[in-house]
Order: sequence, then C-alpha cells, then structure tokens
Amino acid sequence: MNAINHPAPYASWETRGYWEGTGRNELVLQRCRKCTLVQHRPRGLCAHCLESEHLEHFVGTGEGEIYTFTITEQNQARGFAQACPYIMAYVTLDEGPRILTVIVDCDPDDVGIGARVTAKYVKQERDDGEVFAVPVFELS
Amino acid sequence: MSSNPFPMNTAIVGVYEHPSRFSPNKTEFQIMAECAKGALDDAGLDRADVDGLFGASMSMGMMGIVDLAEYLDVRPDYLDGTNIGGSSFVAHVSHAAAAIHAGLCNVALVLYGSTAASNAMAIGTGGAGESKNPDAAFTSPYGMTTVGSYAMYANLHMNTYGTTSEQLAEVAITMRKHAGLNPNAKMRSPITVDDVLGSRMISRPLHLLDCCIISDGGGAVVLTSLERARDLPKPPIQLLGCGEAVQHQGVGRSDLLTIAAQQSGDRAFTMAGLDRSDVDLAMIYDSFTITVLATLENLGFCAFGEGGDFVSEGGISIGGSLPVNPDGGGLSSNHPGMRGIFLVIEAVKQLRQECDARQVGDPEVALAHGTGGTIGDKHSGATLILGVDR
Repeated sequence: MNAINHPAPYASWETRGYWEGTGRNELVLQRCRKCTLVQHRPRGLCAHCLESEHLEHFVGTGEGEIYTFTITEQNQARGFAQACPYIMAYVTLDEGPRILTVIVDCDPDDVGIGARVTAKYVKQERDDGEVFAVPVFELS
Repeated sequence: MSSNPFPMNTAIVGVYEHPSRFSPNKTEFQIMAECAKGALDDAGLDRADVDGLFGASMSMGMMGIVDLAEYLDVRPDYLDGTNIGGSSFVAHVSHAAAAIHAGLCNVALVLYGSTAASNAMAIGTGGAGESKNPDAAFTSPYGMTTVGSYAMYANLHMNTYGTTSEQLAEVAITMRKHAGLNPNAKMRSPITVDDVLGSRMISRPLHLLDCCIISDGGGAVVLTSLERARDLPKPPIQLLGCGEAVQHQGVGRSDLLTIAAQQSGDRAFTMAGLDRSDVDLAMIYDSFTITVLATLENLGFCAFGEGGDFVSEGGISIGGSLPVNPDGGGLSSNHPGMRGIFLVIEAVKQLRQECDARQVGDPEVALAHGTGGTIGDKHSGATLILGVDR
C-alpha cells in the first residue's frame, strides 16, 4: 500500500495554534485556566466557560492509546484510493481529549484497541508559506 | 381542538412512498411533487388545504424550502426546512405536530425526494476529500468516510461486548428476508451469513452487505389535528410521543457507544407514557447493520451489549418479539441518501394494516427512529411513537 496523500488542512485563526504546532512536530492542545478543561478540537474560546481570556495553548505529549479503529479498504477520494487499506483510528490522548487520526508504519494485524501510540508528523508540501504537518500515529 | 395533550391531539392522515427505485428522468422536486399528490390523495385532501410545508433533501440548501414552495406553487403559512440528515423527516413530523398544536398551521405536508442512484452518488465511501473548511481539517486529512465512522463504532462494540460479524450479518439477512415480501424493494433475493461475510470488505469490520443500498426515491406525509383527522377517509394514526437529540465529539470525550437515540427515545417514551414492551414494531434507520444494534440498545429495547443476541435470536424478524423494518429497510428496500421519511410511512401503513404479505399482525403502537449523520462522528436522532386512534 502507498502512503496517504493527506488533503491539506486549512487553518482559521481559531485553529492556527494547533496547525503551527504541527509544523514544529508538536501536538499543541488548548487548556482553560479558569475551569481546567483541555479541549479538542481547538476553538477561539473555552467551550464550557464561553470566554477566551483564560484559554492557553500548551504542548501535549503526543502520546495516547487507540480508542477504536477501522481498516478502510475502500475510499475513492483523491489522496486515499491508492493508500487503501489504511488504518483510521480515534486516539485518546494522555491529556484527555480524543482525536481522529491514522495509524501508520505497522501491520494492521498488530493494531488493537488500547494499544499505545505516539504521534509523528507528516510535513505538508504547501505553496502558501505555511509550515503545517498532519499528525499521524505509530505504535509506541 | 381535542382535549388530548400534545402530541396526541395530532395525527398522520396521509402517506405515500414513491414506488420507483431508479428515476433518471426525474428531478428531486418532481419526485417530491408526485409524492405530495400521492399522500394528499391518500388523506382525501387537496393541495389547497396545505398550509404548512416541511422538507429537506441532499441538495436543498439555504432557501431550499422556498424553492420547493415555488415548485409546488403553494404559499403556506408555515415553513420548516430543518436538515439534520436522514432523520430530518422524523423530526419534521414532530415539528409539524407542534405547529398544528400551536395553531400555526392546520394541514402539514412533509416531503422528501432524491435521485441519489441515478446521479451515481458515492454516499458511504465518498466525501472524504479535500476541504477548505477549517473544521474539516480535523477529519479530511484522515479519510473519514461515512462507512468508516460506523465501522469504528462497530469495532468498539465488538471489542467491548464481543459482538460478532455473524450477528451483524443477521440484520442484513433479516432485512433481505423482509424485502422479499415487499414488491417495491430493490434487493429481494435471500442472502446468507456466508454471502454477507464473503462480500467485499469496505471498512473493517463492515462488508458491502453490511451497508445500505443506494436508490432513487421519495415520500410524503400529511398531518392534521386528530379532531379533523377523524373526518378523513383513512384511519388516523395518532402521535403518542416524540423526541430529538444530538450526539457529537464535543470537546473530545464523548462515549462513542452512546448515541442520540438514548436521549430522544427516553423523551418520546416518557411523553407517550409507554414502556418498551408496548411497542409492536420498530422502524429503525438501518444505514448499516451496526446502526440497528446501536439503536436497539440505545432506545432500551435490549441492554447495551445484548443487541447481537437480540438479532441473532430472531427478535427483529416479522413474527419476532420486535419486528424491525418489515419493508426491508435501507439495507434492501430503498435508501435514496436520506431515509427518515420511509420510517414514518411504513409505520403508518403497518398501523393501518395495509401491508399485505409483510403485514406485522395488527399492531397498535409503532416506533420510528431516524439517525442523521454518522454515529462514529456526529449525528442527530429523532424518535416518534405512533399509535392507532383509540
């Protein structure tokens, strides 16, 4: 199987901190200093307090475990058709939130729910001056 | 108005399911208009009686309901173009009942039409490509397909409860068996466990035959007050309870196995004052085999983890403890992109005992539950409990 040609992520000002972090090989998360919520996906304010002034970015561990996954054998979309089968998964980060990702560089038979995984970063070829990567995970 | 409380003072008086499964020479709106005619004829009402218009489709966007009113040349007093995915039409029925209850309209028409099959839409395995939506940046780089999100749910269910592919196959087999009794169903030849498990893997653990079909089609539902319904030709089908809910990833911590059906179902049963055991048949949105298990469990027809045994012991067959989708469902009868309206139509026809070979005895209470969106990502749920007028 060939690698996924990940569709380019587009950032808004709300999500820029996350995507800029990926360009530095960091999984950047958001935390509210007022209510201690760690939230993903990123937002311009704390989803619970609905206030922006207490929200901060921090660099997460990039470690977590597989919550569930599927081995996708059919997806006609550009960037994925040639990569089937690929492993799409939800990973529960050690900081709490769950993120959607793909598990790479492994035999699908070795992947299981609960397996420990570590983030790696697939740099994006871009012509807009941004340095973004797509976070994917490999078995720890 | 009758003395019944909401929603029991409203009733469904006309339904129509478009018989076609492939309509390459028709538009969505033409299909909807043909369905409107069919349902109004069924109700013994006229286009001019309609003062509430409800509808959604795969292509109706902003102003879509206004476009539909223009196409039908109607000028209703009440419009609702709510689109929460395939469950929309189940929700439209409760919205229509609320509007009738509030006196905002008297005769409500709910419409759906689609040419998903003749447009060769890739519904389950498409839509995962590039997007300029910053919100999609958290899914589109990972190839999230509709079937893929349901497959992640199925895998978690199997891992948590020991549910098997054979048990999921039982749902597909039962729907096909029911479809064999429905002359309009698209896929009518019986299938076996081996057929399902031997069909092409789409997104593990879901095979081709774990996935709904893609057809064209449409339908319509007409509602009015129970009082007026009693003067119309067909026996009124009373609304007994309704509920809506949403489930999503929130801030990244939601329990994937809990779907919107739990919240909307609890609300509908409480409103109706009924128990699960009072339901004689259930119309459950069967986008995939796993959707039926998830919905049965979340609606409380069986405990979490017991859905697999419930279906493999024949519970959902005609003649079982809770017959599900006697029309053959989206897995075998029709699935034109959004299926919610057919859940309501078949429930009504069953309660009126109009279903010939697939008739489920003489039911008094039917439940319809629609899921819109995807249960492994974000989705809506809408539940209706319907009953014969007593």
